[in-house]
Amino acid sequence: MATEFVARGSDLDLVGIRKEFPGFTALDHLDLHIPAGEFFALLGPSGCGKTTTLRLVAGLEEPTTGKILIGGKDVTATKPHERPVNTVFQSYALFPHMSVLENVAFGLRQRKIDDPLKKAEEALSLVQLGHLSQRRPQQLSGGQQQRVALARALVNRPSLLLLDEPLGALDLKLRREMQIELKAIQMEVGLTFLHVTHDQEEAMDMADTVAVMNKGHIEQMGAPEALYDRPHTVFVAKFLGQSNLFMGNVAETSANSLSIEVAGYKISVPKDRAEKHTGKIAIGVRPEKADLHQEKPPASSSENLIGPGEVLDIRFTGVSNQFLVEIPNIGLITVFEQNEGNSTVALGDQVYVSWKVDHSFGLADLPDSVEE
Amino acid sequence: MAFAAFSGGSEKSEYKVPRKTSTKVALALLLPGMIYLALFFITPLVSLVATSLEVPDASGEIGRYQYGFEIGNYWYVIETYWPHIARSFVYALAATILSLLISYPLAYFIGVRARKWPLIQKLALALVIAPFFISFLLRTFAWKQIFSNESWIVSTLQSLHILAPDQYLVGTDFMVIFGLTYNFIPFMTLPLYTALERLDLRLLEAGGDLYATPAKVFRKVTLPITMPGIISGTLMTFIPIAGDYINASRDFLGSSGTQMIGNVVETNFLRINDYPSASALSVLLMAAILGLVVFYVRRSGTEDLL
Repeated sequence: MATEFVARGSDLDLVGIRKEFPGFTALDHLDLHIPAGEFFALLGPSGCGKTTTLRLVAGLEEPTTGKILIGGKDVTATKPHERPVNTVFQSYALFPHMSVLENVAFGLRQRKIDDPLKKAEEALSLVQLGHLSQRRPQQLSGGQQQRVALARALVNRPSLLLLDEPLGALDLKLRREMQIELKAIQMEVGLTFLHVTHDQEEAMDMADTVAVMNKGHIEQMGAPEALYDRPHTVFVAKFLGQSNLFMGNVAETSANSLSIEVAGYKISVPKDRAEKHTGKIAIGVRPEKADLHQEKPPASSSENLIGPGEVLDIRFTGVSNQFLVEIPNIGLITVFEQNEGNSTVALGDQVYVSWKVDHSFGLADLPDSVEE
Repeated sequence: MAFAAFSGGSEKSEYKVPRKTSTKVALALLLPGMIYLALFFITPLVSLVATSLEVPDASGEIGRYQYGFEIGNYWYVIETYWPHIARSFVYALAATILSLLISYPLAYFIGVRARKWPLIQKLALALVIAPFFISFLLRTFAWKQIFSNESWIVSTLQSLHILAPDQYLVGTDFMVIFGLTYNFIPFMTLPLYTALERLDLRLLEAGGDLYATPAKVFRKVTLPITMPGIISGTLMTFIPIAGDYINASRDFLGSSGTQMIGNVVETNFLRINDYPSASALSVLLMAAILGLVVFYVRRSGTEDLL
């Protein structure tokens, strides 16, 4: 029972978690270690099991098999109120019959901690809502309610703070503001944050470590930069940002790189950036790593080059232009170019697409269907 | 006024009607209701108060009264019938508390636990309402049969020495409170169900997440949030029970020792033709209930029901 008023995060370990619901398995063979003080994001599409994982940690669901350890202590069999964990719920779940201040003081009162109202006031000023403490939650805006929910959880100094898509209901501008605020608070209080989201930008922006979940298991885990730069699977390559994928048999292998042949083009990837070195593999590249050329550039062993193809679509998004190029026998390739004001490529132009071999990544699996 | 309490909910209608429709139309729409109230509420009420102040006719004929301003009628009925008045409120209180204790778990099951099985939920709700399809006179009479002096229940209780050999159930305080509780349970269950069915279970999860034990969550979250349902339910049972005259009647579950105000009013109106006393009692009952309800609603902090 968490009666001590800890001010420090704890490790979280999930060991061999399996969770079955009548009719389907939500989680299978889930192992996860989150070090103390880390901002950890579980990222995945809806139905991937990320919310189930969170509810298991909070004690709102019981795992079918497996163990949950918080700070090295096995809490699998304990009830939610016995765990040193607090949750910021997606719906906020603020008590409508209590003032904002009483909402925040609720957890402190339950644990009989001295001066609950004073500590609640402090927590409210941390989220800049000190002036609204006497209001009822229904009288606040969505963003304010979200911050009350955050204060209500934070005030308990939990070993582990769980965030269940807490920013999902906010509009874009407010969401960005709250992301910055949340990250600042996490650094200030030094707690372990476990953040569940389907917003990849949010996850990459805030988290120290991101775990991408798909169909009840973790596809890949790592720092946001590493995940983005070197996705291991098709799912990660496509869910985290955009990717152009090429599929073919390994045709050539040298000391530090390998190449596949696709529609007569040779596409290479460094060996240490490829998950699989033989057989049929998929190689990808991020759209912003690729360049457009109106003239055929000279061939180089450090560059992959395909084309020519027709520019089918140009989308102006402000900071960048997004080009859709159709390469015969390969399909559609997306290329992002910084909007530096000197692009002369027009709709219908024949262009070449190139990128550095070092920017390619080789995947462990193949796309379900051929590139559309 | 207090009638808003019977809607069973806490939802405050805060939306503002746009001021487009003219007041004339609004008044025209209100007219039928106003006429109804004037004819069937105001007129009888005035008549009742007037009757309660009447004095016996100069001719001295039984059942003939003329208009007077005899406040003494009130002192007379209080003096004569205070045990009945007190008994009415004690019975009503006991039956209301018993109904609440039985109905809350029942409504909790139907409104919260049975959410996963909509069929069972609907069936259980139908079962709560089903007794209404049989006249409550018949049902009350059936209980009289079940608990009659010759019934196996009474003989079993006697042989177990819970009842003395010359003790029976019909005609006792227990029997009347039993009947009142039984008859008014649906009026308690339905508003409670309405409140519990709307209860956001995520709030209960949040309570557990914030270190509250399930019992604490019930006391600090579930109970206060469903308080409007409890208030409506208790009002919907307490008020009619205080004025009930069937259960306590000698013809049903009661005896001469269990008479409530309703029985006294009935006797005075229909048997001994003492209209002023009957009216004075009715007015007193109404005033007492109104006073109690206002006090109760104020105390429980749900003024918006008034």
